[in-house]
Amino acid sequence: MPDTREAVLERIRSALGDTARSEPAEDYAAIPREYIRAGRLDPEARLQLFLERLRDYDTHVVETSVASLPQTIAAVLHGHGQKKVIAADGLAQEILPRDFDFIEERAASVDDLNACDGIVTVCMVAIAFTGTIVLTHGPGEGARRLTLLPDRHLCVVRAEQVVETVPEGMERLAQFAAHPMTFISGPSATADIEMTRIRGVHGPRFLDVVLVR
Amino acid sequence: MSIRVGESASAPSFQKAALPLLEDAQLRRNIRHATDVIQRKRGLVVAETTDWQELRSAASAIKAHTLRYLDHYLVQFEKACTAAGGQVHWAADADDANRIITGLVQQYGGDEVIKIKTMTSEEIGLNEALERAGIRAHETDLAEVIIQLGGDTSSHIVVPALHKNRSQVREIFRERMNLPDLSDKPEDLTAAARHYLREKFLKVKVGVCGANFLVADTGGVCIVESEGNGRMCLTLPDVLISVAGIEKVIPTFQDLEVFLQLLPRSATGERMNPYNSLWTGVHAGDGPQHFHVVLLDNGRTRVLADPEARQTLHCIRCGACLNTCPVYRQTGGHAYGSSYSGPIGAIVTPQLLDMRYGQSLPYASSLCGACYEVCPVKINIPEVLIHLRGRVVREQKSALDPEALAMKAAAAIFTSRTRFEAAQRLGRIGQWPLVSHGWMRNLPGMLGNWTRVRDLRALPRQTFREWWKRRAKSGSSGPKRKNGDA
Repeated sequence: MPDTREAVLERIRSALGDTARSEPAEDYAAIPREYIRAGRLDPEARLQLFLERLRDYDTHVVETSVASLPQTIAAVLHGHGQKKVIAADGLAQEILPRDFDFIEERAASVDDLNACDGIVTVCMVAIAFTGTIVLTHGPGEGARRLTLLPDRHLCVVRAEQVVETVPEGMERLAQFAAHPMTFISGPSATADIEMTRIRGVHGPRFLDVVLVR
Repeated sequence: MSIRVGESASAPSFQKAALPLLEDAQLRRNIRHATDVIQRKRGLVVAETTDWQELRSAASAIKAHTLRYLDHYLVQFEKACTAAGGQVHWAADADDANRIITGLVQQYGGDEVIKIKTMTSEEIGLNEALERAGIRAHETDLAEVIIQLGGDTSSHIVVPALHKNRSQVREIFRERMNLPDLSDKPEDLTAAARHYLREKFLKVKVGVCGANFLVADTGGVCIVESEGNGRMCLTLPDVLISVAGIEKVIPTFQDLEVFLQLLPRSATGERMNPYNSLWTGVHAGDGPQHFHVVLLDNGRTRVLADPEARQTLHCIRCGACLNTCPVYRQTGGHAYGSSYSGPIGAIVTPQLLDMRYGQSLPYASSLCGACYEVCPVKINIPEVLIHLRGRVVREQKSALDPEALAMKAAAAIFTSRTRFEAAQRLGRIGQWPLVSHGWMRNLPGMLGNWTRVRDLRALPRQTFREWWKRRAKSGSSGPKRKNGDA
């Protein structure tokens, strides 16, 4: 109701009555931001931190090179005995193993997602400090439900996508602010029963990260 | 206006509600264990964040700034969210919000909704309101499922079922999910919930969520969660309705870099919780194609109007103050009679209710300050508690209340030397029936509340002032010590 809107806004203005106000932008610029923005680690240490933090939250990690990426993906999928695997739409064909029969995302129904053995995507940014991968759900990253319903998620991360700090990550993500975004830090988990961390409640129970360097 | 915060208007006082909880040894063990674990985990991940204090300062400044320009940022959010295909509604109070949400569910022809854990919906009693309209609300957060199936109420703002242990959870699931052979292993209990809810996720057409952050410059909404039930509710239904307090808005997308570092570490002791979802309006081909945000006042503008308590609205609902509070750790959340418990609940609830209910809550604290120390947005809770105690006395107590009269009399005595000294002389004469061996152990009437748990020294035969005067006259070097003198 438009009158409720006006009433709430009016109550806010009258509540702030005596508060000194200037231009919001000017006041905003004066907010102290003395926290760490730029990372301090060299590239190798940054990747090591990323891998360590991923493993710490139960992510299975494999390192590979550009040339052997398709074989590595095939090895991970075979290693888990996965057969029905969906590849995100827009995934570069050259990264996928040729001898593996992927289901296309666009051809997969919700039931297919529910019944498949796993999925393959890339990501947009990864944050070493928190062990996080971020999807902006563009080409190759899949729609949001793709990385949610299946039991296994294999995500390909390129070394140059890994930043050290959260502010560095948010800076890279700013241009995608209009996209839906999902930050993933390890497989789905809960600690609701006696604070015991249990992996895999509703999202994927297994997260594989293939780091390409 | 009908501002409600759960059932707090009819809840007994904290002091009364706490008594039976303190007798429940199992409950206290469960709470102690859970809060110990979270605190230990939080300590580790906070310690590895070398700029923790700088992050807290920035967060506090961002929140204070946002509140100063709250009207501006809400309008900015509304504009951006609408431009991205969302629809923004404004609700003055709980009934208003419930009416809007019920109307939306009916408009889309739903008779069921799936919900992400939202404290705001508990605050306004949304599930009950939907129920009255014939709409079933299914909670999907594991802890909320335990609470809902067990007919219980939440006792913690982050881990609502922390007062239940595994065997109590097993009993609830056995009966309500019809699984007679279920074990009490957390893995099996979690798997039971996964199975129980999966079908609902795929079938129910309307999702209801809260919001951790509303981003003014992009019109985005952010939800922070662990299990993936949130992502299910945010992406699978056709319709999504988010109910959010007006204080949840932050100015920019960039500000998330501060809050997304503070919230998970403070709430669950994780570097980052498994899933953060951000979306802006509707996204073609991905997720719900109808998105509504209900912006809720429900007393928040009253809190805003009190400059000394305004910082209450900085809260990002991490629950760190509950886990560290020596009072909460003894009683758990139910004693607070509100969807918001612990130190933050003790300042949020009475203020939202204009100090008309929950007046006992500002006293449910030892003022030790542990809550302030852990608060990621630096809310000085002890300061606000003391301020609210003052408001309770000034606004609520009648001038004829015995405590108020006693305090007034005390003020008259303590502000005048002659009256103070006369009172000491009178007290010394009047106390004799109560004193034995220099101690008072059983005071009569209301004063008995003091001596029920501690003894009181008798007034000395000679006071410091008397000694000082005599010393000046006689030049003696110290007071004579006699039995009974202090």
